[in-house]
Amino acid sequence: MALSTKDLLGIKGMAADEIKHILDTASTFKDVSERDIKKVPTLRGKTVINLFYEASTRTRTSFELAGKRLSADVINISTSTSSVTKGETLLDTAQNIEAMKSDIIIVRHACSGAPEFLAHRLKSSVINAGDGSHEHPTQALLDMFTIREKLGRLDGVTVAIVGDILHSRVARSNIYGLTTMGATVRVCGPPTMVPPGIEKMGAKVYSDMDEAVQGADAIMMLRLQLERQTAGLFPGVREYARLFGLNRARLDRVGKSAIVMHPGPMNRGVEIASDVADNSSVILDQVTNGVAVRMAVMFLLSGGAKAEA
Amino acid sequence: MPMNILIKNGHIIDPANKVDGKFDLLVAEGKIAKLGKPGSLPSNGAQVLDAGGKLVVPGLIDMHVHLREPGYEYKETIATGTAAAKAGGFTAVCCMPNTSPVNDSRSVTEFILSQAAKEGAARVYPIGAITKGSKGEELAEMGELHDAGCVGVSDDGRPVMNAAVMRRAMEYSKIFDTAVISHCEDASLAAKGVMNEGFVSTELGLRGIPDAAEDVMTGRDILLAELTGARLHICHVSTAGSVRLIREAKQRGVKVTAETCPHYFTLTEDAVRGYNTMAKMNPPLRTAEDVAAIRQGLKDGTLDVIATDHAPHALDEKSGEFDAAPFGIVGLETSVGLSIKLVHEGVLTMPQLIERMSATPARIIKSGGGTLSAGAVADITIIDPNVEWTVNAGEFKSKSGNTPFDRWKLKGRAVQTIMGGKI
Repeated sequence: MALSTKDLLGIKGMAADEIKHILDTASTFKDVSERDIKKVPTLRGKTVINLFYEASTRTRTSFELAGKRLSADVINISTSTSSVTKGETLLDTAQNIEAMKSDIIIVRHACSGAPEFLAHRLKSSVINAGDGSHEHPTQALLDMFTIREKLGRLDGVTVAIVGDILHSRVARSNIYGLTTMGATVRVCGPPTMVPPGIEKMGAKVYSDMDEAVQGADAIMMLRLQLERQTAGLFPGVREYARLFGLNRARLDRVGKSAIVMHPGPMNRGVEIASDVADNSSVILDQVTNGVAVRMAVMFLLSGGAKAEA
Repeated sequence: MPMNILIKNGHIIDPANKVDGKFDLLVAEGKIAKLGKPGSLPSNGAQVLDAGGKLVVPGLIDMHVHLREPGYEYKETIATGTAAAKAGGFTAVCCMPNTSPVNDSRSVTEFILSQAAKEGAARVYPIGAITKGSKGEELAEMGELHDAGCVGVSDDGRPVMNAAVMRRAMEYSKIFDTAVISHCEDASLAAKGVMNEGFVSTELGLRGIPDAAEDVMTGRDILLAELTGARLHICHVSTAGSVRLIREAKQRGVKVTAETCPHYFTLTEDAVRGYNTMAKMNPPLRTAEDVAAIRQGLKDGTLDVIATDHAPHALDEKSGEFDAAPFGIVGLETSVGLSIKLVHEGVLTMPQLIERMSATPARIIKSGGGTLSAGAVADITIIDPNVEWTVNAGEFKSKSGNTPFDRWKLKGRAVQTIMGGKI
């Protein structure tokens, strides 16, 4: 069973059984990365283009490895070195790439809606690798995969997402996915960084972090972008870390052993203490799972009909 | 000398003279000669125009239009913009000064007027800048602009952020009794917003412009108008908060008038879903509560004028990332169709509509138009209130087709304009 749409633009509107299918498919692909020869011929002959308008190490490498382990031909385009610096429009760039007969184009862009804009105009499958503050669907999928792996289920789990919710595409995609799968979602951050109407998306808003994480099964810490301070959204890193940082003392007060997550890259000592990140988190598992989830997504967008092994 | 015209079988609506009924209208030597009971006026060699039961009203005036010339002729010119105006039923438009160069001097005003005289299909009344270059710092030479033919001053496109500068502009404007036309937006609150701030902006991941960005400045400008006694006109009102502030100010006797645009009484922020750049304008489309307040404001006269804020942009510019698209939509060719819906829906009576689109703007800019009084210049618009038609942006007379109303089915349209007695 392939995905119901040509593209993966967001988690909003995805049905629970479709999400489950992606996570189940990812399980089978996780094994491939454990082998000595990390390769299956599933997407052999397919052309996958990473079109990244925003810098990224983690996500881009993860997509690249996912494509290569499926035997696809993967090309990375980072726009700082491309014709975009000569003023080429988004559509022209994408159409030129498609003219070279791409099958899948993975787009990361600073502007919300850019992948959707391309998806409507290109025949290739478009995967949203993060657009502005809108969605980051593969991140949410790998986060859900990780929670399911560690806790055995998603239904009935309580997840607290802490940090700059306003600017976070990771938070939005996770809220959509987790609520669809039956989890309870809490969001917490300074009111200047909690977007209006987020409760209507199904998340309960807290401004006290200890309250937000009390009894949570999973705590997802978001990266604080330090330039938000100059924008006046919070008074400084010191106060932010004190009120909204996950340190050992705060984690011990949680009341049960919650899994600690972070989409990366971390600001050690700001939103998460080094001790917590290094000794009590599943951050590196998230990264491992990311490759498997992205393999699953590419496989399912390509028709999903071929045998996995 | 234009021919005399006898307009028969029309339904005359002239709110300035409280006329609303079936009359024949005689135009002689470019001016309104007289009204008479149907069939009672001899034609005496005049060209006879059978209005066939349609509405015959004073020429419509759109007091907020961007003609883009000089400087942005690829979006629109005075020729194409006024052609769009005529096609939309307008015999006159006011053009905003955010051209390149900004209209802050006699030379730009005279250029606009001479282009309009050569190529204009409708009358063009320029609005001059409040500050030099519309930078919001030093007052432009209002006297020179006034003498050159400007009918008001505005820095539209931008707010005058410094309250002291706005105060001085209002005080100074009293020499000429010229309207100070304000684009109310607190730039620090609007920041880099691209749509209304609210649940939809959260879902779409787009930066929002809160209501307060407009209301804060509406309030400020009202208080400054109260302080100075100047004539304030507020552009493109989009929020319930501004409507409330204006209503209260009028009750206190402040000299304030206000305009809104068809999109603010027709669409909500939901039109942006799917990252529709044709729904991106400033101020942005707001919520259903705001739309209801705008409609009520038009009904009770808090909002005096319907103007379009016609803002042409090339298709390429509006294609692509939502964040990158310029703000604005065209409006001249859809305004009557959308505004007449208010009459069909019982929000306004037809005379109230004509008042908002002709008599009142004429009074604010002191153009002398907006009436069918004997001796007035014969600027006339004929409207068929019942014809059903479909909007086709590809056939617009405007150079640009950036509208969210493409393919909308509307009922009611201007079918003819007469300017200075010429058909």
